[in-house]
Amino acid sequence: MSTVIGRSNSGDTPTEETAPLEPTERSEVDFPTAASSTERGAFTTYTGQDIDTRSVAEQRSSQALYKSLPLGVFAVFMGIWYFMSYWGLKHLFHKPQFLLPPPHSVIHESITNAQVRKQLVAATLLSVRVALIGLVVAIAIGLALAILMSQAKWIERSLFPYLVALQAVPILAFVPLLAVFFGFNFKARVIVCIIISLFPIVSNTLFGLLSADQGLHDLFTLRKASRWTRLTKLQFPAALPAMFAGLKIAAGLSVIGSVVGDTFFRQGKPGIGILIDNFRSRLQNEAMYGAVLIAAFIGIIVFVFFTWLSEKTVGHWYESTR
Amino acid sequence: MIEELTATPGAEPKPISAPFRGGPPALVFDSVSMQFPDGTLALQDASFSVHPGEFVTVVGPSGCGKSTLLRIASGLVQQSGGTVSVDRESLGYVFQDATLLKWRTVQGNVELMAELSGMDKGRRKQLASDVIDLVGLRGFEDKYPKQLSGGMRMRCSLARALVMNPKVFMFDEPFGALDEITRERLNDELLSLFQRQRFAALFITHSIAEAVFLSTRVIVMSARPGVIVGDFQVPFAYPRSPELRFDPRFAELCGDVSHSLRDAHV
Repeated sequence: MSTVIGRSNSGDTPTEETAPLEPTERSEVDFPTAASSTERGAFTTYTGQDIDTRSVAEQRSSQALYKSLPLGVFAVFMGIWYFMSYWGLKHLFHKPQFLLPPPHSVIHESITNAQVRKQLVAATLLSVRVALIGLVVAIAIGLALAILMSQAKWIERSLFPYLVALQAVPILAFVPLLAVFFGFNFKARVIVCIIISLFPIVSNTLFGLLSADQGLHDLFTLRKASRWTRLTKLQFPAALPAMFAGLKIAAGLSVIGSVVGDTFFRQGKPGIGILIDNFRSRLQNEAMYGAVLIAAFIGIIVFVFFTWLSEKTVGHWYESTR
Repeated sequence: MIEELTATPGAEPKPISAPFRGGPPALVFDSVSMQFPDGTLALQDASFSVHPGEFVTVVGPSGCGKSTLLRIASGLVQQSGGTVSVDRESLGYVFQDATLLKWRTVQGNVELMAELSGMDKGRRKQLASDVIDLVGLRGFEDKYPKQLSGGMRMRCSLARALVMNPKVFMFDEPFGALDEITRERLNDELLSLFQRQRFAALFITHSIAEAVFLSTRVIVMSARPGVIVGDFQVPFAYPRSPELRFDPRFAELCGDVSHSLRDAHV
């Protein structure tokens, strides 16, 4: 119905006969539909629901329960791990138990075996350093690129395809090339981290910078605001929520980059990646799972950090739907 | 096209509250036309002026180039024909949406225009505080837009424009998204602001009742091309009480405007 009206309005020559006809046309079609739908509908009574009048203490305890939900999942996960380690692996997959040592022996071995512990600590420190420096450099480059691209459509058009390409090429394809130019150590590993975590930062920040309200842009135009003023007082703050979404993804990726990077360089000082590979080849499965857990833990920590930072920075003004 | 209707049937305008009409106009459109690159003629030969103390409202169907009128006057777009005379430095502009900076408090938002104009911090803080009082947002200075209702956001938007003490105040359907009660309330308050500040107002709306209630003059535009097809003087004196909305003469004038609109639509 609305399409009929729309067409006659936007048409080049709305004839004088059709225009006055519209209301009758509309009522003829409108009315029977509305009437028939009430005829068809079944009469149902919906009762109200009691509002939550529980005591504050009760509500607080349900809050605490809510916050501990991830711990519940953790317990389930541990349960499955124990089950698989002691029974499942042997009976379901016909594999020896030592392939999946139970959690407590992983932790015990990682902490009490001095040699393993020393290696884990050194590798963790190295990997964390690689990931963090890679992430910081990626943020600097990413923000600079996004800001540059937000300033002119032609810059965005020129650069963006190559960022997508960089994102699409498997990072492992770069590793031999990086090894040739930068060797196997710190610098090359940091570069892997940068490459892998750059894209979400650029694309999210750019999206954010371009999402500022048109009315606000007009307002800045009315006061003849400079490019810089527009960027710092309008576009950049508007971009923060999207930017943080990108940073959370990038943070996880930088840890992956740091672990994957040195796994495939296979040389130089061992980070967590090399360590995992070493323990695997020496059948030190407890220590290997220890290293894997540490990698996962680093990922969670950086994610939590950026979530906290995001909440701290934009939480008080950003309208999220939850 | 434009005829000066000076008849004020029945109304006894009080001299003190009557809008100021003397002096040169604050805003002049002289046969302004706007044709977009795709050939659409959004506005054709619009000519009228707005004096300080005059409240001119433009009503018309969607897409008749009403907003274009404001965008041309403020310099956001350039007209394709005709001339506009206005002091753009002392121009207030209120948009359809409140368009607030979500990351700034009410205080920060109200200071924005002054800040962009390079006013020093102490002065703009003082000015912002004054207009916050004026629009009734005292006590909400530290709230963020997400904590405000639609009506309060609009008040904040009004305050932001008021800080510059505009001589010409332009409104692009500012209350269109609000509920009827809030809208009428803000209409009343806008009028008291108008009487205080005596700016030249150019107001765009879809609502005929709102147009008649606020204005000293109502201009009716047709759609595609946007041409001025009606021009009404509103004889009611200020201050206008909310009861004016139930006055038979008010209804009659609304009817006249409505007729003019409908004639233009065919």
